[in-house]
Amino acid sequence: MVLTKEMDRREFLVTTLTVGGGFALALSFPWNSAEAAANAARIPDKPWESLVGKNETEINPWLVVAPDDTVTIRVAQSEMGQATFTSWSKMICEELECDWSKVRAEYASVNRHFRENKVYRRMATNASGAVRISREYLQQAGASARERLMAAAAEVWAVPRSDLTVKDGIITHVPTGRKLRYGQVAEKAAAIKLPQEPKIKTPDQFTLMNKPTPLLETPLRVDGSVTYGIDVRLPGMLYAAAKASPVFLGKVKKYDDTKVKNRPGVHAVVEFGGPDIEAGVAVVADSYWHAKTALGLLPIEWDEGVHGEDTSEKFLQMARAALEEPGAQVVVKKGDPEAALKDAAQMVEAVYELPYLDHAFMEPLNCTAQVTADRVDVWVGTQRPEEALLDAAKLTGVPRANIYIHNCFIGGGFGRRNQNDDVRQAVMIAKQLDRPVKVVWSREETTRHGYYRPMRVARFRAGLGPDGMPVAWINRVIGIDQNPPADPAQTIRGLHQVPYAIPNQLFDYHLRQTHVPTGVWTSVGRSQNEFYLESFMDELAHAAGKDPYQYRRALLDGNSNFPHAKSWVKVLDTAAERSGWGKKLPEGTGMGIAIGDGRRPGVKEITICAVVATVSVSKKGELRVERFDVAMDTGPFLVNPLAAERQVEMQMVMGLAAVLRQEITIQKGRVVQSNFHDYPLLRATEMPEIRVHFVRATDEPIVGIGEEALGWVAPSVCNAIFAITGKRIRSLPLKNHNLSTGAA
Amino acid sequence: MFSLRINGKTYSVDVEPETPLLWVLRDTIGLTGTKFGCGMALCGACTVHVNGQAVRSCVQPVSQVVGKVITTIEGLSPDAQHPLQIAWREGDVPECGYCQPGQIMAAAALLAKNPNPTDADITREITNLCRCGTYPRIRQAIHRAAQLAAKA
Ligand code: FES
Ligand code: FES
Repeated sequence: MVLTKEMDRREFLVTTLTVGGGFALALSFPWNSAEAAANAARIPDKPWESLVGKNETEINPWLVVAPDDTVTIRVAQSEMGQATFTSWSKMICEELECDWSKVRAEYASVNRHFRENKVYRRMATNASGAVRISREYLQQAGASARERLMAAAAEVWAVPRSDLTVKDGIITHVPTGRKLRYGQVAEKAAAIKLPQEPKIKTPDQFTLMNKPTPLLETPLRVDGSVTYGIDVRLPGMLYAAAKASPVFLGKVKKYDDTKVKNRPGVHAVVEFGGPDIEAGVAVVADSYWHAKTALGLLPIEWDEGVHGEDTSEKFLQMARAALEEPGAQVVVKKGDPEAALKDAAQMVEAVYELPYLDHAFMEPLNCTAQVTADRVDVWVGTQRPEEALLDAAKLTGVPRANIYIHNCFIGGGFGRRNQNDDVRQAVMIAKQLDRPVKVVWSREETTRHGYYRPMRVARFRAGLGPDGMPVAWINRVIGIDQNPPADPAQTIRGLHQVPYAIPNQLFDYHLRQTHVPTGVWTSVGRSQNEFYLESFMDELAHAAGKDPYQYRRALLDGNSNFPHAKSWVKVLDTAAERSGWGKKLPEGTGMGIAIGDGRRPGVKEITICAVVATVSVSKKGELRVERFDVAMDTGPFLVNPLAAERQVEMQMVMGLAAVLRQEITIQKGRVVQSNFHDYPLLRATEMPEIRVHFVRATDEPIVGIGEEALGWVAPSVCNAIFAITGKRIRSLPLKNHNLSTGAA
Repeated sequence: MFSLRINGKTYSVDVEPETPLLWVLRDTIGLTGTKFGCGMALCGACTVHVNGQAVRSCVQPVSQVVGKVITTIEGLSPDAQHPLQIAWREGDVPECGYCQPGQIMAAAALLAKNPNPTDADITREITNLCRCGTYPRIRQAIHRAAQLAAKA
């Protein structure tokens, strides 16, 4: 009973005429064929299928030219809301000089990537890498293709390359005015080898990048045609509902499948588990509803292992205790901070605590897999398709060349879809079946089996001199992970190089282990580290009796050891000016400021971001974030300012939801929260105004923009709360705090 | 066996009466534009129209919609030219896009009964969640669609 789109549409034209009332609106709008053509699919609605036809010519693995000049770009990144198909295409087309209105984009093949010796270089979508890591080789691919197309035209006309120009995919022989289109010379170009690779443009030469470009991704997203992983449908496909051990690292003791085997549509009950696969049981049926309802009735007994009584409260106690324990790893040691602290005119001390957080995207986790003796197919939205392929190979023993990862559009990733646990589980389930199976996680399962942003406890002690400026700084962080990482970047980034002028410093950390899985969460460490760092700076400013903006400014200005100090000041000033910092505000309203950059240990690029939150708190303690003014360093260019702005907005929303109400807590070894009622997203009614102020503060390209603003949401909001109420927030979420300052 | 009228077409489906309409649409019929988000009427990703009203199909037993007119995102317009879809494209509203079919269906039901909604009407009537925070663009696009529809 599967209908093609064509049938649907024809059918619609006939049948809607009989439908009245509320549907008049849909019918009264005139059909506009020009616009429809402009919106024709430029991205395949089944993203794993190629748009490229037989008569089109691949110039290099990144791009294909059709006889009618249509250019198809291969995108080696996953799309989950960043508009990466548009940005990726722009980076190539900046050099290609083709007609942008004829550009289409599709996923690069993961299978081919492996068969052809990593031809797409890097397919992971994480670490703000899409532009930072890929831009130059994408520009190079575009430039190289352009030069080969030009060389082909020169050959056709037997003229020198230097007599040719190109614009919008039309090559002109300047002396004679003759013209050739890309589509006419593509085949010839494919055979041409360049004597040397052309130079690529520098940012000041960009004509396509740095300008807002409407998103290629949009049309598919307004008519239901885009296929997310959860929408995959295959002939003969079964559906599975899975339940993993509620206590992490537990095991299946036994289950009684006779209770559900005869229920409608049920095909099988299978077990899964093993290294990096949380053990559990799945019911396989002819529809998800049948599978899910049967799973709900399946009696399962679990072996909870040793963690069945663990609680997040207990983890917190452990971390607090670790603050006093010896043997911490020292990251920064400068001068004699203990002595300076003793001699200081004033001492300020604070301990900050943060909960586990889930990623809470809209598309529940899912993966579809088909496993046969000599071939594996996986349909999934993943941020790491290469690892998905390797995992599938390991689990099935099928050679890599015969494994196909069909990447899908993703209904939000935020770091969670780096993990591929959904892939491993689905492959293991599919191995036990002779048909493709789509495994869909319920919302509850998605929430309760995350790879959470880790809990943290951090202590700061600072000594201030007689002028109120810090002379000593002692900071210890306790990182809590399931598997303490060899590289503790998440725990230390941002804190490892405090930008403010402080002569005596000590920064060290302990790592502690619990059984709760942890992973990266957009901003990778910054949403925690910046909360306490920039809150504590605010505490120091207030202790010194100084304006928090001016206090930071003075400490940056005075820091000759920090190479980015000047750029920071520019961004800080922009945020302060644009937000109206210092202006008189109504009673109960206040502002908080925070600044930082996206520095990662071992990466030279940064993105500086400063946020001013304008907040109001009623006497009863009702909080409203009125506005965020976000000053964002662009460096010399942004690939697509339109997408960049939206990425910043998304981070404000994500950060604010976490600040207000989100926390994952552990009771009896398992996650308490389950769905949007106890893990709430930000609602439309709570949406602040968000003003993004782009500012060119540095000459070097920035590190990225998709996760470089989130860190400053929490401190700016909490600093504003202090400005209004005098209450210092040292733990989140705010729902656990009473912000009231009196009756009324 | 239930007979359902969806997007102007009649489907016979063999499912249990309590099956949520969402899963009949997605799994039995194959109309996957309607999304599963929470299964508890909390998010609105599964919003469809039943007799012109916005309904959260994840908690709507199929037996109760027999004989009613059901419209999904796929059936909102034959060529994705509903004023809301035009406005949505103009404003590049979606981010990850997953909540957007539900948002558009909720907005369409609102516009059908209130052709010129105020900001307050929109925030009161459309309670769908968007993880990516597209709320301001959604609001703008609804105003724009109201304009487009008035001109048509
Ligand atoms: S899936 Fe129906 S409201 Fe969330
Ligand atoms: S656009 Fe991503 S959830 Fe709304």
